[in-house]
Amino acid sequence: MKVTVDPIGCRAHGLCADLLPELVRLDEWGYPVVAPGPVPAELVAEARRAAAACPALALKLRKDERR
Amino acid sequence: MSILPPHRLDLAGHRRRNGVVPWVVYQDEDGRDRLIAAVEAADLRGRGGAGFPTAVKLRAARSKRSIVVANGCEGDPLSHKDVALLALSPHLVLDGLQLAAHAVGATETVLCVHTGSSALPSVAAALAEREDRVPVRVVEVPRRYVASEETALVRYLTSGDARPLGKHPRPAERGVRGRPTLVSNVETLAQLASVVLLGPNHYRASRTELVTVTGAVRRPGVVEVAAGTSPAGVLAAAGGEAEPVQAVLAGGAWTADLTGGWSGIATVYALPARACGLEYTAKVLAFLAAESARQCGPCTFGLPSIAADFAELVHGGPATARLARRLPLLTGRGACTHPDGAARLAASALQVFEADVRAHQAGGRCRIPAGVA
Ligand code: SF4
Ligand code: SF4
Repeated sequence: MKVTVDPIGCRAHGLCADLLPELVRLDEWGYPVVAPGPVPAELVAEARRAAAACPALALKLRKDERR
Repeated sequence: MSILPPHRLDLAGHRRRNGVVPWVVYQDEDGRDRLIAAVEAADLRGRGGAGFPTAVKLRAARSKRSIVVANGCEGDPLSHKDVALLALSPHLVLDGLQLAAHAVGATETVLCVHTGSSALPSVAAALAEREDRVPVRVVEVPRRYVASEETALVRYLTSGDARPLGKHPRPAERGVRGRPTLVSNVETLAQLASVVLLGPNHYRASRTELVTVTGAVRRPGVVEVAAGTSPAGVLAAAGGEAEPVQAVLAGGAWTADLTGGWSGIATVYALPARACGLEYTAKVLAFLAAESARQCGPCTFGLPSIAADFAELVHGGPATARLARRLPLLTGRGACTHPDGAARLAASALQVFEADVRAHQAGGRCRIPAGVA
């Protein structure tokens, strides 16, 4: 599983960095930077919750390796 | 066979010089496979910037209802090769477009040029001379830098909005009006026609590329050079240096090494030794920032920020630490590669003009302002 951000959809609400600080930090403009690599098993449920909470539906949890 | 003739070729002239596409060879059931196999054997790669293998793209877009888009838009102000090609050898491009349409099984083709492009009369005259198997529609696209990006073209042809679409799905899966779409640069299509007209082996052995050369050379313009020609060789093809050159901006990145062999590059700008590379880079970055489609945060905010950082460097300010933090953050974070290109340009400038950065910080500027050439 991988966390991805749709760069066009994202509105810099920043919620994802609050809900998933282990994998997401915000750049100086408030846009999320996601840690590379697969989501650790113990964080999958949290990642799913963060994706569901993104107001712009820009944060996604994907099975495949594509961006 | 060179793909850029010295004077415009009409249909008869094109056939005399380049030959006639042997359609019978590719007609039957397996013809499309053989055509794509020939492109693969020739190791043809995209000439629009990405250098992606054309055979892979052709296979991905195969279907009975696909669309082929010939991209003749040049958003990069340093590039004129595609317009030159359409103006001088439109039939070679159109042959390539028809071959690509046959390979993927397209029922429709679109040739995109910028609004008011100087290639339009040549294209219209060429189309009037031909009877093509698959109809060709000519579409004028707004003259913006990112409008010529592949997903932006697809979006424009579908909805009239010329901004990039992002990474999902690729045009080969779902492109113009939802149909599988092959987007191919017009030089790539002319190269494809050459593969067929020469045969893949002969093509590989004599492969050439179009490069637009500007800056401190005696004859700025579009030159055709053997693939793998060094930067020095490219400058020589443009008449040689008009004055001493300190570095070249090649394919979007600076290099001071003019001797190495390279391939796949479409633009070369020769910076005179007396001009300032930092100022030139600051100007290009300001242009790239203004050309952002302003859809993605890291591009909308990041590009103006690094352009401002470079303006600060020119005035002797200490922006290097900020740039070291910002540049890696721009790569891979837009829906298209526009921010990646700006970051690569900036990073290469910091490397090649490292001594100049120090000179500016030590006291004002290093040389005379750039852009005089
Ligand atoms: S919560 Fe959604 S919109 Fe907000 S920063 Fe994260 S990805 Fe972007
Ligand atoms: S990266 Fe920039 S140019 Fe590309 S789609 Fe996003 S905002 Fe537009």
